[in-house]
Amino acid sequence: MNVMDTRATSAMLYLDGVHVSFDGFHAINNLSLTLEPGEMRAIIGPNGAGKTTMMDIITGKTKPDEGTVLFDGVTDLTRLDETRIAELGIGRKFQKPTVFESQTVQDNLLLALNVDHSVRGTLFWRGSRAESERIDKVLETIRLTEARNRLAGSLSHGQKQWLEIGMLLAQDPKLLLVDEPVAGMTDVETHLTAELLKEINKTHTVMVVEHDMTFVRELGVKVTCLHEGTVLAEGTIDQVSSNERVIEVYLGR
Amino acid sequence: MTPHMLTRSLDRGATIFLAVVAACGILIPLSNLLLPAGSFLQVPTYLVALWGKYVCYAILALAIDLIWGYCGILSLGHGAFFALGGYAMGMYLMRQIGARGVYGNPILPDFMVFLNWQKLPWYWYGFDMFWFAALMVLFVPGLLAFCFGWLAFRSRVTGVYLSIITQAMTYALLLAFFRNDFGFGGNNGLTDFKDILGFNVQAEGTRAALFALSCLALIVGFLICRFIVSSKLGKVLIAVRDAESRTRFLGYRVESYKLFVFTVSACMAGVAGALYVPQVGIINPSEFAPGNSIEAVIWVAVGGRGTLVGAALGAVVVNYAKTFFTSGVLAPYWLFMLGALFILVTLLLPKGIVGTFNSWWETSNEKRPAETTASAAAEDGITEPKLAEKRS
Repeated sequence: MNVMDTRATSAMLYLDGVHVSFDGFHAINNLSLTLEPGEMRAIIGPNGAGKTTMMDIITGKTKPDEGTVLFDGVTDLTRLDETRIAELGIGRKFQKPTVFESQTVQDNLLLALNVDHSVRGTLFWRGSRAESERIDKVLETIRLTEARNRLAGSLSHGQKQWLEIGMLLAQDPKLLLVDEPVAGMTDVETHLTAELLKEINKTHTVMVVEHDMTFVRELGVKVTCLHEGTVLAEGTIDQVSSNERVIEVYLGR
Repeated sequence: MTPHMLTRSLDRGATIFLAVVAACGILIPLSNLLLPAGSFLQVPTYLVALWGKYVCYAILALAIDLIWGYCGILSLGHGAFFALGGYAMGMYLMRQIGARGVYGNPILPDFMVFLNWQKLPWYWYGFDMFWFAALMVLFVPGLLAFCFGWLAFRSRVTGVYLSIITQAMTYALLLAFFRNDFGFGGNNGLTDFKDILGFNVQAEGTRAALFALSCLALIVGFLICRFIVSSKLGKVLIAVRDAESRTRFLGYRVESYKLFVFTVSACMAGVAGALYVPQVGIINPSEFAPGNSIEAVIWVAVGGRGTLVGAALGAVVVNYAKTFFTSGVLAPYWLFMLGALFILVTLLLPKGIVGTFNSWWETSNEKRPAETTASAAAEDGITEPKLAEKRS
């Protein structure tokens, strides 16, 4: 128990014995997972494995029935709501790209900046040089400098995915949760996204959920395979993909 | 920060709008008072009162547009805040009658004497003072909106469910105000007003002044709304409207934002009601009727939600049509026409009059930037018509 506790304090994200059920369906079953600071972890698993539900638990959208969810070793995430968790430094990119379509690309980033988010602060907000420099930098990273004044709704699917990753960068969280970043992307875009995430991982802890095995291989990080709400296998992509149970789950019995 | 055409054209629209309202607010009262009656350019007093009513509706429409057009909160009970503001003003006007009432009681309004009440209920205290009544015009609707919003938004009641409970709220108030023992004149409401701040409410000068004040209130309300929607807070509101949970995951306390605009909006509606009552000379529970609130939403839809100018314009246009059609042989069919208008606008002009005009103006005046974006879009494999549709 003591060993567990010290490990928990050093971990960026620590899940232990988490259970969630929806109307009797066990979406998450005794899930335990640890993410070290600075780590990038890929989460794979067939449909319904509980990947998105896990992200919902971490970001406060869903409350677990039991179990421990600790952030940064000390903060119990199960007691907090989405806003508070976002303020603590957990950013999330959704499976379906969710950007503010009727606003410009740079306004999307402006909204994402981790500055004063109070009603009063935004009502009397005046842009600063530091803020616009940060926006410029993010625009460059996500290769959307040219499109800064376009409405986010007019971007291509891949660009929207990048904009959303850019919004995460602007938010500058300690931990980034990225749900299916390359869904619907071309091969070139997928490759660029892998590069982008590796770049981001230099300064942030990242958790990526993805189906695309080529992409996961390209990331070259530790992989966790979920199945029926619990961890099935963990290790390098080669170890995991040669695991018999993983093959069984993916190919069906 | 955002050199976007839409913002700029709106600013231009805002200036024109303010100029028109200011001109009306000055010229109509002057023409009414200074020109000889019956002269071609003289605006008759009944028209001043009628247009004053429209201006009050325009303020109510602005209030609805602020929450619906920018934050996606569809309130189908905003008439309640309007009526509460109206009642606060009505209570002041009742106390001003003094001993000139039918029963001649210097303290109690007529309906209380009629009901054999011996003393003034506590909640009527202070309404003999104008400043207190004026404060209550803002405070009562604001407090109700704050409490209602605090409960609703914190529990994340959104969309159609919120609309339904706002309807229930105004209906509950309608029933309460109908009751004689509630202390607000029951079915008859408050009427037979004599004077306001010492001026006879029926006098031409007072009516002209009330009209000018209503225009001033519209201008101030419009400027407050513009200030809110053009700030960063305005961007957050639009973000909440378009993707509420995304906004939450960015670390915004969505319920605080909603509560803020909802309360501001209710206060504006209260002011509109307070200016409305002395101009129409009566406030009764029918102002709480759910139909009134729905009608106000139609004004905004017709004028163009999310444009502010459109909301005010919609209120005036629809009410002008209402006055026109309900005073002739077509009177029994007005509600059908209103319903048809709503359906037609939703189907053919989903952006309303001003919204449609803005997109048209934008596309016809933005040739060069449009070309650059089009070429950029072509690289991304987006076809041009699709882009044009999305940009609008």
